[in-house]
Amino acid sequence: MRYILTRLIWLPIVLWAVASLTFLVVHLVPGDPLSQVATLVLDQAQLDRTRVEWGLDQPLWRQYGRFLGNLVRGDLGVSMASGVPLTRLLYEKMPPTIELALMAMLISTIVGIGAGVISSTTRHKWLDYGARTFAILGLSIPWFWIAILFIFVFSVKLKWTPVGGRLGVGVDYDPVTNFVLIDTLMTGNWPALLSFLNHLILPALAIGLTSAGFVARMTRSAMLEVLRADYIRSARAKGLHRRTITFSHALRNAILPVITLQGLQFGTLLGGAVITELVFAWPGLGRMLLDAILRRDYASVQGTVLFVAFFYVVMNLIVDVLYHVVDPRLREA
Amino acid sequence: MSVAKLKDSNHLVTATSLSKRPTLGRRLTALRQKYELALLGGIFFALVVLGTIFAPWLSPYDPIKQDIPSRLLTPSAIHWFGTDESGRDNFTRVLYGGRPILTTGISSVLLALLIGMGIGTAAGYRGGLLDDLLMRAMDIMLSFPTILLAILIVASLGTGLINTILAIAFSLIPTFARLVRSIVITLVREQYVTAAHAVGTSDWQIIAKHIFPNMIPPIIVQATATLAIAISYSSALSFLGLGVEPPRPDWGLMVSQGQRLIFDAIYIPFFPGLAITLTVLSVNYIGDGLRDHLDPTLRNR
Repeated sequence: MRYILTRLIWLPIVLWAVASLTFLVVHLVPGDPLSQVATLVLDQAQLDRTRVEWGLDQPLWRQYGRFLGNLVRGDLGVSMASGVPLTRLLYEKMPPTIELALMAMLISTIVGIGAGVISSTTRHKWLDYGARTFAILGLSIPWFWIAILFIFVFSVKLKWTPVGGRLGVGVDYDPVTNFVLIDTLMTGNWPALLSFLNHLILPALAIGLTSAGFVARMTRSAMLEVLRADYIRSARAKGLHRRTITFSHALRNAILPVITLQGLQFGTLLGGAVITELVFAWPGLGRMLLDAILRRDYASVQGTVLFVAFFYVVMNLIVDVLYHVVDPRLREA
Repeated sequence: MSVAKLKDSNHLVTATSLSKRPTLGRRLTALRQKYELALLGGIFFALVVLGTIFAPWLSPYDPIKQDIPSRLLTPSAIHWFGTDESGRDNFTRVLYGGRPILTTGISSVLLALLIGMGIGTAAGYRGGLLDDLLMRAMDIMLSFPTILLAILIVASLGTGLINTILAIAFSLIPTFARLVRSIVITLVREQYVTAAHAVGTSDWQIIAKHIFPNMIPPIIVQATATLAIAISYSSALSFLGLGVEPPRPDWGLMVSQGQRLIFDAIYIPFFPGLAITLTVLSVNYIGDGLRDHLDPTLRNR
């Protein structure tokens, strides 16, 4: 309980620090963001007006104050390129990225833990070597490349899945929450759901399978650690079945640290989603962030990064708290 | 523990050495069997580095000059990896294309290592408020998804080799700082450090003589693992178009430019991507070998 309370008290402080670091990095460059692009389209008077409007004529600490003030009210600013409030853009672009990252996480958890368990129970046999090769390959293959290879094999050659996008052309979908899974399940829109899953599977596999490598390695070493414990030897001496020992005694104890790491890895998966999205023309944060960077739309870059970082911090907090709830050994401490 | 498993532990090697004198050859064979993959990784990585350095001597083609008549040729004996949209030899471009990635990867790890060591040593050695402040700062940097932090910094500083290095280095600092701090904290409690203090050795001398040398093995392991990550990040940044500028060859950039040709010429994005994968893989194998060798608790895994 005390641990959870401390973490909750720390949360706003961490969020403030993350916001400040983002602000600082975005404003690292001397000069203001307007001078870089806008000079081509706007005349001097317009430039001055926009500058005042965005508060760019103010000293940095004033801008920072304004930024924090807006942030507390849940206002991430306005996109400099389109004039649309960022919260609205994010409301539209964030769900696809989260859908993708969560699906990838599901795949990487199942495949990773599976491979790790197989590897640890067949130590130094070919199955172990196979699983370990898979794991180290997963760590080494770049997301964007495996994404291209997957499209080439499964979409271009085998024609199993669409080349890109999130929903097929002509599919009737009425966004409410912008999470297709939730929306279609609520309204019973099965054609849209099927089309969505068909589009989702390939990018999710591209991210999920590569990051499963990390999970497999963690599971393997956690399992090997646990398998050496005294209670495993007792269980063996008692004559328990191998499978019972592996799953009820070893895995249950080995899995907790793996799950926590998986929570921490969600940030990596979000990063992976942002990059992989570009290959699959998945309409999420990745496209939005890259466009913002190329247009030098600093407000959007700042808003997007901040949003993802906040999401990541909160996610980590939830995972840590869950970990404490699940593991009785930590609860008593 | 079964006898078979004992065999690869160092104990038995020394035990058998009583009866059979370990010649240099026999020792090398044993090492080779144990670290086969790490060795292969090392050789491959060395070849990649040499290949990028000696690219002008290894290939008769120019990596940048266009040759429109011979565009989009499929791989053959003349053009091993085929040619791209502008008729440039892909093999040549893959050779040259390793330069920016290896430069940014290696330099950013060295830079992050240097800064991280400074921060970690200061925090671990001094302790107290300084330790708290520095480590909280590291925690905050770690609350960003790392690649996103690097993207943010490049977006702000602008693209270019130096900025890529700074961006990747900055996002890798916390890893080293935390590791170094944890090592320093345990070392400071050692008796020989207390003894050195007692005889009036200065802090700098203690750090240089007693702490720094003990830090090296774990740091080498961490640096190798981090190098694999840095190379991945560098390729991801250049894939996003935030690395080197287009006419220059670069693995990440070549994959992103070849992406459009997926229907007609998959070999164009294939080879540079394979180069990234194999390079990162070789570094990962080196890292694993070093870790197994330097961390005795992992020897029997």
